[in-house]
Amino acid sequence: MRLLEHQAKTLFNEYGISTPKGYVVNNKSDAIASAEKLGYPVVLKAQLRVGGRGKAGVVVICKDRDTLEKEYARLYGMTVQGEKIERLLVEAFTKHNKEYYISIFLNRSKRSYSLIASSEGGVEIESVKDKIVMDLDLEDTIDISKVANALNLIGKSYDNFIDLVSRLARLVYEKEAELAEINPLVMSDSSFIALDAKVIIDDNALFRHEELKEYEELSSLEVEAKRSGFSLVELEGDIAVIGNGAGLVMSTLDMLSDANGKPACFLDVGGTATTETVYKALTLISKMPRVKAILVNLFGGIVRTSVVAEAIVKAYNDKVINVPLFARILGAESDKAREILSNSNAKMYDSVEDAISEVVKSVRR
Amino acid sequence: MMDLFKILQDGNENGVIVQGITGKFGSRHTTLMQEYGTNITAGVTPGKGGQDFDGVPIFNSVKEARKDTKAEISIAFVPAAHFLNAAIDALENGIKLLVAIPEHVPIKDSLKILNLAKKKGAMVIGPNTPGVIIPDLIKLGIMPAMPFAYGKTAVFSRSGTLMYEISYRLKLAGFGQRIALGIGGDPINCTNLIECFDIIRDDKEIDSVVIVGEIGGDAEEQLAQYIIDTSFDKPVVAYIAGRSAPKEKRMGHAGAIIYGSFGSAESKINMFAKADIPVAKRPAEVPTLLSKKLSR
Repeated sequence: MRLLEHQAKTLFNEYGISTPKGYVVNNKSDAIASAEKLGYPVVLKAQLRVGGRGKAGVVVICKDRDTLEKEYARLYGMTVQGEKIERLLVEAFTKHNKEYYISIFLNRSKRSYSLIASSEGGVEIESVKDKIVMDLDLEDTIDISKVANALNLIGKSYDNFIDLVSRLARLVYEKEAELAEINPLVMSDSSFIALDAKVIIDDNALFRHEELKEYEELSSLEVEAKRSGFSLVELEGDIAVIGNGAGLVMSTLDMLSDANGKPACFLDVGGTATTETVYKALTLISKMPRVKAILVNLFGGIVRTSVVAEAIVKAYNDKVINVPLFARILGAESDKAREILSNSNAKMYDSVEDAISEVVKSVRR
Repeated sequence: MMDLFKILQDGNENGVIVQGITGKFGSRHTTLMQEYGTNITAGVTPGKGGQDFDGVPIFNSVKEARKDTKAEISIAFVPAAHFLNAAIDALENGIKLLVAIPEHVPIKDSLKILNLAKKKGAMVIGPNTPGVIIPDLIKLGIMPAMPFAYGKTAVFSRSGTLMYEISYRLKLAGFGQRIALGIGGDPINCTNLIECFDIIRDDKEIDSVVIVGEIGGDAEEQLAQYIIDTSFDKPVVAYIAGRSAPKEKRMGHAGAIIYGSFGSAESKINMFAKADIPVAKRPAEVPTLLSKKLSR
């Protein structure tokens, strides 16, 4: 779960990491009132989960009320990479003399946490050559002095930096984050302020973090999918893709895209496909108005395909779905399954390649 | 490095413990593993010690079970929230191979388990794995039996159903498997791809390797570098799922997520190209690429 900037900053403050004073708003009059309280200039920042906000031009400095009103009107409701701007952060402009970068993250291939620090802040860290990378054992006491030295920090700023990193490390450990990143981290009179905040929490650890659950913002369809034990990712196309197992569904999306089909969603019903799961998945799909056809790819294994076919027919009879369905279901009794489906709007294929080429043809018609 | 083949080879003689044997999932798969020929000698469900499951004695803990069975393998079906305690019980009490089926295990717990396993000289496969199978010998997991046949190829996969799909394609094309192992779909794999390659690099019965990778992390890139650096000499082919996946979206598996260009399919495919590993565009293409690679 990626927190929005203002949520991550609340968490930072809880751990004693300073951030600029600011207010979250969702209407223009609150934005103006906030700016007046803070005093111009202010920074207006769209609250989005997608990266690259700077490049997208959705973080702007407003020197007066006129600019703020104009920028607010431009940003509110705008869509960036499929995500709509519904909240903005109005923040005090922070004067500073130096920008840094710091992050603590789960290093997957090392199977431990790592720290990256750099004296070049405010730019994408991938493009920075001069950076310090260090492994961290969060279960143990950590020694940051090497990093502080490498950043040429001395005196008070040295102490403040070490204090900041240990707070950040404690946050990552206690809140079970996969990543906590401050970019830029700025220095003003030898103290540090986090101008930006990016935190990703381990979804699988949320069950022991009641306090973070309010940040979990799922669409109603995602909530429904989660309740059924499915994984759903909504996409922008018109062909719903259902399968069992994340890898198999990803693979189906890839082949569909190769065939110029546009997936409407990624729906993984879990490794073991049963009648109930298939029926439930179709119910979920029926709530996506953009869907013109359904592509099903199931590796049955121990499931009888005839039973799955019955679930599909039931979904048509119950008027859960009315769009055509193209399925590849590997498993026992496929002849019987074909017969069951023969009077419906669904068709079974031996190979997923065939199912894909037919589903793409059907939406083009 | 622990001898995985030896412990699997001896698995049926020494027995296997199932942790979570009375749950819906655990009991169903215990039966399916028994049907395949896996010798389940004990089950563990806290609070149900003294009962039995189809004649398999149930104990309150692995600690108790180990007084009754010399099993060094345990397979766990417990809920993710209880998995840390179950794994500690297993690793602290002589289990040398723990197959961790649960999905949704927190990263913090996986890291703790991994460190404990290292300390004890034990191996943990998973979490979020379909398990491991040596066709015709032993099945430790939730995979159906149908896609597998004994042979000379090793299949290592980050995905469950794709491991079945590709193993099945291989089987139809006449390539059986010496072993098929799911490393798990999580960001942390307690046994990673490089460790799998270390296990098989000198195995004379294995003539080829198939990797089923996916987006997220850099396990495939690291493996490609390892293959180059250590001059791994068995033919390797790969499949990578998620070429069309959007960035910053978790595609079902906790580990299947692209950040920026980190974890993208493109990065993995490019790195495999450097290591002379052909990457199939579709699962069905894997056997074709493998035939080509083997005849070279």
